[in-house]
This record gives sequence, structure tokens and C-alpha cells, in this order.
Amino acid sequence: MTDSVLYSVLLLASLGVVAAVVLYIVSKKFYVYENPLIGEVDEVLPGANCAGCGSPGCKSFAEKLVNTEDISELFCPVGGNEVMKQVASILGKEVAEKAPTVAVVLCQGGCDVRPKTTEYQGPRSCAISSLVYGGETDCQYGCLGDGDCVAVCDFDAMYMDEETGLPVIDSDKCTSCGACVKACPRDIIEMRPKNKRDLKIFVGCLNEDKGGIAKKACDVACIGCSKCEDVCPKDAITMNNNLAYIDAELCTLCRKCVPVCPTHSIIETNFPPPKVKKVVEKKPIAKKPVAKKVLEKKVEEKKEVVKKEVEKVAVVKENVVATKVEPENPKTDA
Amino acid sequence: MLKTFPKGGIHPPENKITSGKEIKRMPVPKVVYVPIAQHIGIPSEIIVDRKDKVLKGQVIAKTSGFVSSNIHSPVAGTVTKLDMMIDSSGYKKQCIVIRTDQKDESNFEEKEYPLIREISLSQKDILQHVIDSGIVGLGGATFPSHVKLDLKNDNHVDCLLINGVECEPYLTADHRLMMEKADEIIVGIQILMHALHIKKAVIGIENNKKDAIKVLKEASKGDTGIQVAALQVKYPQGSEKQLIKAILKREVPKGGLPMDVGVIVHNVGTIFAIYQAVQYNEPLTERVVTVTGKKIENASNFWVKIGTPIKDLVEQVGGLPDGTRKIVNGGPMMGKAIKNTDVPVTKGTSGILVIDQNEASRGEPKNCIRCGECVFVCPMGLEPHLLMNLSEKGLYERASNEDIMTCIECGSCSYVCPSHRPLLDYIRFGKNIVKKLQTAKN
Repeated sequence: MTDSVLYSVLLLASLGVVAAVVLYIVSKKFYVYENPLIGEVDEVLPGANCAGCGSPGCKSFAEKLVNTEDISELFCPVGGNEVMKQVASILGKEVAEKAPTVAVVLCQGGCDVRPKTTEYQGPRSCAISSLVYGGETDCQYGCLGDGDCVAVCDFDAMYMDEETGLPVIDSDKCTSCGACVKACPRDIIEMRPKNKRDLKIFVGCLNEDKGGIAKKACDVACIGCSKCEDVCPKDAITMNNNLAYIDAELCTLCRKCVPVCPTHSIIETNFPPPKVKKVVEKKPIAKKPVAKKVLEKKVEEKKEVVKKEVEKVAVVKENVVATKVEPENPKTDA
Repeated sequence: MLKTFPKGGIHPPENKITSGKEIKRMPVPKVVYVPIAQHIGIPSEIIVDRKDKVLKGQVIAKTSGFVSSNIHSPVAGTVTKLDMMIDSSGYKKQCIVIRTDQKDESNFEEKEYPLIREISLSQKDILQHVIDSGIVGLGGATFPSHVKLDLKNDNHVDCLLINGVECEPYLTADHRLMMEKADEIIVGIQILMHALHIKKAVIGIENNKKDAIKVLKEASKGDTGIQVAALQVKYPQGSEKQLIKAILKREVPKGGLPMDVGVIVHNVGTIFAIYQAVQYNEPLTERVVTVTGKKIENASNFWVKIGTPIKDLVEQVGGLPDGTRKIVNGGPMMGKAIKNTDVPVTKGTSGILVIDQNEASRGEPKNCIRCGECVFVCPMGLEPHLLMNLSEKGLYERASNEDIMTCIECGSCSYVCPSHRPLLDYIRFGKNIVKKLQTAKN
């Protein structure tokens, strides 16, 4: 009994020793040298494997960073400057600093402002329906609303607004990896600099049709009136093919273009409330004629009331009945 | 047993409502919208300007490359605009808008030319006439015809195939043309045989057009080089590759052209256009269009000026019936739904099909049940269910290896699928991406 226990322990122990020797020899013989820096850099990278940097994944980007001498053109959009600084300190190389960007949707043509003129029955994918035709509305530049961009977003930063049928980007979650930009067959999504407090001004339209046609297809389309171009103090707005474009580098976020746009196709985001005051200032101007009418009506009503009461008084006088109409009299006097 | 191609194919209900209706002449439209991209290849170059007076048959857009074509004014009138219009592609494309001159008599003259049998032009002149007249394949692919005529010496073409198959349901444009212009078509074939130095020509016609077979047999009696082949009724026999396989039993290699197996294929409509171009120097400005649909009152075939808006055609047959759901440019299998009725007729428009609610609705796609129907009917021997899966998942390299590019987009797979899967939609999408990847590689 004790013998069999002893033999089996010995057998297994000797097997273990043999295997250890074989493994040791193999690991020495077939050893592949890997630069330890690659592992270190990989640790620092976000590990999202989003391919926003151009490499298929974070590991291969780490390899690229280590093996390339000049890494000033390589950039991890998800990690941003912070991660790139860490990478630079590990590798002892210089990296370029880039202003953070965020994706924006250049279309505001929701269901309420852009009426549908046709119906599409095929598979619900922007890439496929864009092969077939120009979209369910009369605007062939706008969002198709099938959500290819949302499907590719790895960071949960996008969702389709059910009311408008347009994608919405959560600026806080957006890492500007650029996957949605590539997925959109209409090039509606653009990367724009994420300024201080995420302030942005951009033209939310890509319609290149002439004003009348564009306006007919969509209430908030850019009609190419170039009012914004005239008002811009920094020449940041250019007109091309009946469409305004705001150059983010030149734009100083002065917001002069926003109120002049007749179709409200210029979008401003995250600006503080003073803007609301401006709107309030503008509203009375638009409502003045209405107010006048109301005033006139009120005056007329008052006149009628006075007339009626004068008549009443007359009747009262004629009948010579001493009814108490005193409480009303002071009102007419007033 | 009648000839046909061996692999796959389907037989949808024929619905050839208009096969007995003579081709009527459409009244000249008040305004024509002539797109400059009516053919495969490079769009033509506009050579007229706003407010220019143009004559009927005058070149208004010039060919801008080898695979391109001239475009002529279908009416006499004034160019009012060079505008962007939605065409059958569903996108806005450059169009030349011409208002018809009501006083110009040439607009309203009925041209019935007497038959000319003698072929007096040399090979070179015939080619030049075809180029000048802007002739493209009228079967629907709109491939510029002169490219097929301009052969290099190392091609040994020995047979000319004439495509009178018209396998699409509903359409009868080619059928009627064969019935009414049989002699002209035979002369047109002789012109091509002369130009290409070919001794043998075969006209392929499906057996549901027995009258056309008879008429063409009668017309071709004098010429021993021309045969008429009756074919079994099967879709997509009108496809070039399937037609060659059916009649000559030759197989066009993968990625190759019919010329590689010594064949040239032309549609009967193209043959008639070539006849008119060569014998009368008449440019291609009108074509036969079938306007049809189950609920259309006066469905018929028409000679239509290129550029006529489709709403004019619909008016001609008694307007859109109630419950119209879809208007298709072309046949029900390969045609494309149009966005609105302002879309103009182009050189490739063989029919306008009006479909109602019941026929237009597509079933809700369900899971693939692996029944293999799509594989069974694919005329190219592909596996549509696999190709759809691959392009849905973005595995384009594998899709390319599975020969996605050889798909002829006939739509037989989507037609038979019991789960209503959008097979062709995805395959077409995959083809598009694979094509882009291939051009990026080269």
C-alpha cells in the first residue's frame, strides 16, 4: 500500500522535472526578443482598440511608437495629450501637442423640419440606402437616419434621437476616434476643435442646392444667402456651392453670425445664457405690431364699454328710476 | 428541348400585358430634361449654353473619352437651363433643359423612312456613324456601342449574338420593335456583320414571343448567315453571359468579356438604332418604352424622346391609378424605383412599371433557414447567402475570394428567398466596397 503511494509520487515528480527541463530548454532556444518598452507603452495607452490612430489596435500602435524614430505625427485621439506626454516620457521622444477635437453632426434636418417625400423599404443601413438613392427626403446631402454612425461608436457616445431621427453626440464621452466620420456615407460628421467649455459654432447643413430648393426640402437648410459671411469680422466664413462653412481655426466664437442666419442653420453649443437675453431683446421687435393690434383692440373694447354705459345711463335717465348704478360709474370715470 | 443556360434561373410570372399593343408615338413634350450621364463611362461634356437655340438632332453634349458617348437634342427649341435634376440614379445630376419650339415643324414631323438594304459605307465609316450618333446599348446597361465595334486585331470574333430575349416580366419594348421593324433589324445585323467581318449571327428570342420568332425567321430568309434561335423562357437569359452560354455553349471567363470567347452581343433596340444611324445618319434621340402596370388603363408601348419626364408618359396611359405605391424605371427584376415622376427618360429606360401596394411591399426579413434556394437559382453559381453574410459583417476580402464581383445583380436570390432576406442589397453593397478596395490596390 505505502509502496504504490511512493511510486506514484515519485513518478509524477520525475515527470514534472522532465517537463520543466524541456520547457526551460524550449523557452531559451525559441526565445523571441520583444522590446520591453512596447509593453510599457501599451500599458499607458487606453486599450480601446478603436483604430482611431490608424493602427489596427493599441498594441500595434505601441509597436509603431517604439519603432518609429520621429513620432511627432503619431497621435492617440482617445488618450489625447496626457497619454501622449506619458508615452513621450517613457520613450524619451518628442510628441506634438494637439488641440482636442470632438465630432459634430452637420445636419439638423429632423422629421419635423424635413418632410419625407418617399419611402424606403430596403435594409436599414445608411451605406446601403445611399447606394440606391438620395434619401427619403428631398435633401440629398442630409442625414439618412439609419444610424450607421451609432453602430460603430465604441464609446457609447452617440445615440439616435427618436423624435428627430438624427444622431446625437455626447461631447463628454466622444473621444474623437473618427469611426463615425468614416462610417457616414454622406460625410455629415466632422471633427471640430473642442474649445474651452466645449463652445462650438458651426453651420449645421451640407445642402448645396440653390436657396429655394434647399429651403423647400428642409426648413433649417443653409440657403446660401451669405449674410453670415458679410457679418463675420474675421473672414472665417466662406461660401461654396450655396453653402456656408465656418473655419474653426479663424473663428473667434463672437457669435455675430448666429442671429443673422434667416433659417437658423448656424448652431452654437454650450454658450452661457447671455444669448437668451439677446433673443428676448429681439422678440419684442418682432412682436411690436402684434402688441399694437392688441392695444388697439383694447382701446376699442374700452370705447364700446364706455358707449354701452353711456347708453345705460341714458336709459336710466329716461326712465328716471333711481337704481343704484354707482359702483359702475366710478369705473367709467376712470 | 429548347436551348437555355444550364445553371440556375427562375421563371417569374410574365405579365406581358402590352405584348399585343403597337408602338405609338408620344406627343412631343413641351420641355425635355436631358441628363449628360446616360451611359456607362465618363459623362459627356456640355457644349451648349443657356438661351442657345438648338436643332433637332444637334449635338448638345460631346463625348469626353473612349468609353463615353455623344448626346443629341431630341427636339428643336431653346436651352432654358443647365440644371441639376434627380435622374433614375436617385441623385441630382447635371441636365440640359430644353424648351420645345412649338413653331418649328421638324418637331412634329412623323419620320417613317423607307427601308434601305444596300450597305454602301465602309467599315471605318460605319464606326464613325455609330460614334457620331451617340449609340449606346439599349438593353439597359447603356454601354457605348462603338467600343464593341472598335476591335483590335488580336480578337477573333466569329459570332454576333442579337439579344431579343427580353426576359424581364412586363416589358415588351423589344418584342414590339422586332414585330414592327423586323426588316430594318435584319439590315442592321448585316451592317454589323459587314463592319466586323463576321459571317454568322444568331438572334436569341425566348419562346413566349412566338410571333416575333416567326416574323424574324421570315425576314432573315434571304441571308443564310443569320439564324433565329428560340430559347426556353427563363430569367435572366437576357444577361450577356447567360445568352452566350445558352446559344453557343461558350463560357465567358471570370472577369472577362464576351470578346474573349469570340462573341459580340447587341440588343435588338441597339441594332435598330445602328441601322438608323448608318443608313439615315439619324442620331439616337428616341427609344421604345413600355409603360405598364396591372392597374394602368391604357398600358402600351411608345416611341419616346430622350429626356421626356416620366409624368408625361404616365399621363399618356391615363394617369396613376389609386393605390400606386412604386414606380419602377425598367423591369420588376432589375429596374430601380424612382423618386418622383419628374425623372426623365434616358437611353437606358426600357420600361416604366407602376406597382400597387400588394406587389410593392417587401416582406419582413427573417433568419436564414439554410434552404439553399438562393444557391440553386444563382445563374453565376455563387452562394448568395454567404456573400450577404460576408458583406454584412465587413469581411470584404473573403467576399472577394468568393467571387462577389462576378454577381450580375439579377436579383433571382432575393426573389426566391422564403425568409425575404435582402440578399441583393447587401451583395451590391459588398461589390461596391470590393471594387473600391481593388481600385485602391492598383
